Amino acid sequence: MCAMVVVNEIQKYFGTFQALKDVSLEVAAGEVLCIIGPSGSGKSTLLRCINQLERIDGGAVWVADELVGYRQEGDRLYELTDAQIARQRLASGMVFQRFNLFAHLTVLGNIIEGPVVVQKRARKDVIPEAMALLDRVGLADKKDSYPAQLSGGQQQRIAIARALAMKPKLMLFDEPTSALDPELVGEVLEVMQDLARSGMTMVVVTHELGFAREVAHRVVFMDRGSIVETGTPQQVLTHPREQRTRDFIAAVLA
Amino acid sequence: MAENASAITAPATRYSIAHLKREPRRNYGRWLAAALILLALAAIVKAFAEGQIAWPVVAQFFTAPAILAGLSNTIIMTVCAMAFGLVLGVLFAVMIMSPNPVLKYVAVFYIWFFRGTPLLLQLLLWFNLALIFPTLGIPGVFEMRTVDFMTPFMATLLGLGINQGAYTAEVIRGGILSVDNGQAEAAKVIGMTRLVMLRRIILPQAMRVIIPPIGNEVISMVKLTSIASVIQYEEILRNSQTIYYANNRVMELLIVAAIWYLAVVTVLSVGQHFLEKHFSKSLGAQNANRPAPVAMEGA
Repeated sequence: MCAMVVVNEIQKYFGTFQALKDVSLEVAAGEVLCIIGPSGSGKSTLLRCINQLERIDGGAVWVADELVGYRQEGDRLYELTDAQIARQRLASGMVFQRFNLFAHLTVLGNIIEGPVVVQKRARKDVIPEAMALLDRVGLADKKDSYPAQLSGGQQQRIAIARALAMKPKLMLFDEPTSALDPELVGEVLEVMQDLARSGMTMVVVTHELGFAREVAHRVVFMDRGSIVETGTPQQVLTHPREQRTRDFIAAVLA
Repeated sequence: MAENASAITAPATRYSIAHLKREPRRNYGRWLAAALILLALAAIVKAFAEGQIAWPVVAQFFTAPAILAGLSNTIIMTVCAMAFGLVLGVLFAVMIMSPNPVLKYVAVFYIWFFRGTPLLLQLLLWFNLALIFPTLGIPGVFEMRTVDFMTPFMATLLGLGINQGAYTAEVIRGGILSVDNGQAEAAKVIGMTRLVMLRRIILPQAMRVIIPPIGNEVISMVKLTSIASVIQYEEILRNSQTIYYANNRVMELLIVAAIWYLAVVTVLSVGQHFLEKHFSKSLGAQNANRPAPVAMEGA
C-alpha cells in the first residue's frame, strides 16, 4: 500500500492562536482513518488543510503523491494559481457538517454540477452515473427535490453522492453526523460504512465512537493542536495509553 | 362521582353558551373613514371633470408620432442605462470584495463619488466634457472630437449608467454577502475556481436578494430618464414639452406623459413579480405567499 495522504509537520495559526502544532500523519490508500478529539482540538482544521480550504503556515501536505499548494522546481517552491489549486482539489471529495448542498439546484442538479461544469463532461453521460449514485444512497426518488425539502439525513446522503460524482481518490468527512437529529445518524453512517467496504480511502472527523470502532482501520486522537495517540480502534478506544485520551473517551461515553 | 357525571351532562350550566346568537363587532370607525375618503375622491374627480382640461387633446396627442418616438427613446435609454449599470455594478461589487487593495479602493472611490454627487450635475458634466477635453481617444491609435462623441444619448447613457452602477454595486455586494459561506466552500471542494463559483453558485442564489431592489431601480430608471430632457435627449417628457411650447396645452401633454409612464411602470411591476417568483422557487413553499405585484415606488 502506498500513502494517499502525507502530512508532514504542519503548522496552522489563526491570528496568534496556534491551531495545529507540528502535526504529521500518513493515510494509506484504501485506509479508513477516524480522527477524534474534543472541540477546538484542531481535527477539522487538519482535514481542511488536506484539501486547501485552509492555508498551512508551515510544513507540507501531499495528496496522491502530489505536493499540495506548491510546485517544486529545483530548490524552490512556487505557489500555485487559483486554477491549479482547484484542479488539485479534484483528488479529494469533502462532506461537511452542515451539508452545504447548493440551495438553488435540485438534487440531480447538485450531483451533476461538478462533473458537467468543472470536469466538462457531457450531461447525457453524467446523468446515468448520478442516478446510480442516488440509488446507492437510497434517494433515487428525490432527484427533482430541492435541498430545503429534504431531511438532514437525506441532505447528507446527497452530499456524499455529490462528492462521489467527481470520482475522488480520497473522501474527507468533517463531522458528517454532528448536525443531524439522533434518529437520522444511522442512515448516514450506513452509507459511509458501505463506502468504506468498497475500498475508498476515507479520513473521518467524528464524535461517533461506535462508527470508529466498527469501521476505522486506525483511530487518531487529537487534543490542543497535536496528535496525542494513534492506533487501531482497539488500542485507542478500548485500551488508551494516554490519560487525555482516557478522559475524553470517558466524557463522550458518559 | 355520580354527582360529577351529572354536572357534565347537565344542559343549563353557565358554560353551555352554544345556543346564544353571536353579534359581529360594529366597525363604525372603518365605515366613517371609508365614507370620508370616498367623498374626497369624488371631489377630486369632480374638480378634474370641471377643470379646464381638454380631454380630446389628451386623446389626440396620446399616440402622436413625437410622443411615441419619445416613449421609445425613454424605453431604449432605460434598457441601455440599466444594462450598463448592471455590468458596472457586478464589476465593482466583485472589485470591492477583492483581496487586491488597489481594485478594492478604486471601487470604494467610484461608489463614493457617484453616490455623492447629484445625478443632474453628473449629466451636465458628461454633456459638457468637451469644455475640458476637446478630443477623446487613445494617443496614436484613434482620436475623435468630444462634441461628436458626446451626443445627448451618450451623455445620458454614461450619466445614468455609471450612477446606477454605483448603487447596483452595493445591492449586488449585499446579495453576495447574503449567501452562506458553506456554499462557497462546497463549490471550492468540487474544484471550482473563484469566477466559476461566482457565476454558477453564488450569484444565482444572491439573485433572490438582488432582484427586488433591482426591480425597484429599473422602475426608478424609467422615470429618471426624464431628467435627460435638460440635455436635449428626446425622451417622452422633452417631446411633450416641445409640443406644449408650440400649442400651449401644458397640462394635457403632461397628462399624456404621465399616463405613458404609469403604463410602462405597471408592465414592469408585473414582470418583476414573475422574476421574483422564478428566483425563489427552490426555497419551496415558504415564499409562495409573497404579495401581488403592487408597484413598489422608488424615487
